Amino acid sequence: MSDLNKLGLAEARDALRARETSSKELTNACLAAIDGAGALNAFVHHTPEKALEQAAQADARLKDADAPAMCGLPIGIKDLFCTKDVPSQAGSRILEGFLPQYESTVSQNLFDAGAVMLGKLNMDEFAMGSSNETSVYGNAVNPWRRGNDAAQLTPGGSSGGSAAAVAADLCLAATGTDTGGSIRQPAAFTGITGIKPTYGRCSRWGIVAFASSLDQAGPMTKSVRDAAIMLEAMCGHDPKDSTSADLAVPDFEAALTGDVRGKKIGIPKEYRMDGMPEEIETLWQDGIAMMRDAGAEIVDISLPHTKYALPAYYVIAPAEASSNLARYDGVRYGHRAKLDQGDGITEMYEKTRAEGFGPEVQRRVMIGTYVLSAGFYDAYYNRARKVRTLIKKDFEDVFAQGIDSILTPATPSAAFGLGEMADADPVQMYLNDVFTVTVNLAGLPGIAVPTGQDRQGLPLGLQLIGRPWEEADLLSSAYALEQAAGFVAKADKWW
Amino acid sequence: MSIDESTAARVAKLARIKVEPEALGALAQEFNGILGFIEQLNEVDVEGVEPMTSVTPQRLKRREDVVTDGDQQDKVLKNAPDAREGFFAVPKVVE
Repeated sequence: MSDLNKLGLAEARDALRARETSSKELTNACLAAIDGAGALNAFVHHTPEKALEQAAQADARLKDADAPAMCGLPIGIKDLFCTKDVPSQAGSRILEGFLPQYESTVSQNLFDAGAVMLGKLNMDEFAMGSSNETSVYGNAVNPWRRGNDAAQLTPGGSSGGSAAAVAADLCLAATGTDTGGSIRQPAAFTGITGIKPTYGRCSRWGIVAFASSLDQAGPMTKSVRDAAIMLEAMCGHDPKDSTSADLAVPDFEAALTGDVRGKKIGIPKEYRMDGMPEEIETLWQDGIAMMRDAGAEIVDISLPHTKYALPAYYVIAPAEASSNLARYDGVRYGHRAKLDQGDGITEMYEKTRAEGFGPEVQRRVMIGTYVLSAGFYDAYYNRARKVRTLIKKDFEDVFAQGIDSILTPATPSAAFGLGEMADADPVQMYLNDVFTVTVNLAGLPGIAVPTGQDRQGLPLGLQLIGRPWEEADLLSSAYALEQAAGFVAKADKWW
Repeated sequence: MSIDESTAARVAKLARIKVEPEALGALAQEFNGILGFIEQLNEVDVEGVEPMTSVTPQRLKRREDVVTDGDQQDKVLKNAPDAREGFFAVPKVVE
């Protein structure tokens, strides 16, 4: 077989089981693709030896007909996941040289399912960003371009390396994490599929924490079927994460009927934003028509507190980050600043953190510190948590009316140019997450599916939001949308 | 609410991040931009609304209060920038 790296998980799995190829061949095809894609800066730590060792083990299991769900399938792992003895820096200078002595639960689950790790993937520093421009490794680059224009575009963020790698066929699939849209926005910018499951579905143990009440891991894949396969392998109860749900994991792939007849799909009027590009509106209307044609009932709904989701997020996420990132103090791991004569422990903390954290991380840690500080805690932090309660209630109310899932755009635009937002104020960048952040605040599952292209040929995606714990139903609806949209475009190879 | 340079300096101190004095003006301005955005929240009627503590209504699991882990001093110290004699080493904290 040729072009093995271009396969999806399901196709590769079936080819492996039919003995048409081997994990070693698949892995070598991906390693060669990675070697030829330095210009994308997607893989930032390479683990070819580990990959080939895991591939050999997988081939042995395949031979013995003892192959688990992801057996022999080469994937990339976002740098936010701690991987034993492999650099895990969360895209930050402050974790330079850090070699975890343990394996994150999600990556361990994937390895237990037979997956092969090709390396670690670029990302915004501590997952704080929407363009992969805050990474210590430099920008990851979107394989897509605007027609013949050679300008480099962002793959989105924070899981930008994961998105670029999957879209450019450097791996079959990748892990991502999503705190405000960090799986779904880059998936939409690169024409791939990405699902953030219900909060608590995937263990957060061993994932470098950003905002613990919002962070969830999820798969970034070439199809909805692949997302179902990989999500099932990633999730499950973990006693090491007290917020991990002790619920059985359904067979997500078996649930992919794509039958949405009689399903009620909600269209929230508040997601029709002022100044939204016409192409996004058209994409949305096309998606609505596809779901209606597939037999779903389209219902206009209202989520009245949508407008307040981003401001609430930009209190809650920095507040939690300021607390989580307090651990980077130059004592236990990572970078410690060189000290001057007479410097004490406070100077050590202050210099270490000033050198180790980039500007966006510093900004958010300080905003978080401010909103939690004496005198402002009630005015900012408690108020934001009350608004979060109202945002969640908006969703509960529409689900109580019988809505099965909600269809929205995934992003307010197509991928923008790297550097284009450099002079904008930080709030402009935050607006990228306007359609995704509500889902994190409410703890719901959301999936981005590519359904169209803008007039410059860039991919655009729609988002489906599901009821809590009903990823199986959500994936099946997404499968119907995928089938109807028939998105098959790929970026022309220039790298 | 407007943040001035002295408030920015206080926040940087609380966050234990060294900010050079000449950078405080720009920092204060950024804070004001972000806080101005956040202040939209004041439009929302939150009277009688409980602040969210947990997004999924689950009771935290409990277990026996016993030691389940340990004996990993080498692993714990492995990534320390400065470890000596089985301890993390830091600059002198008491005279």
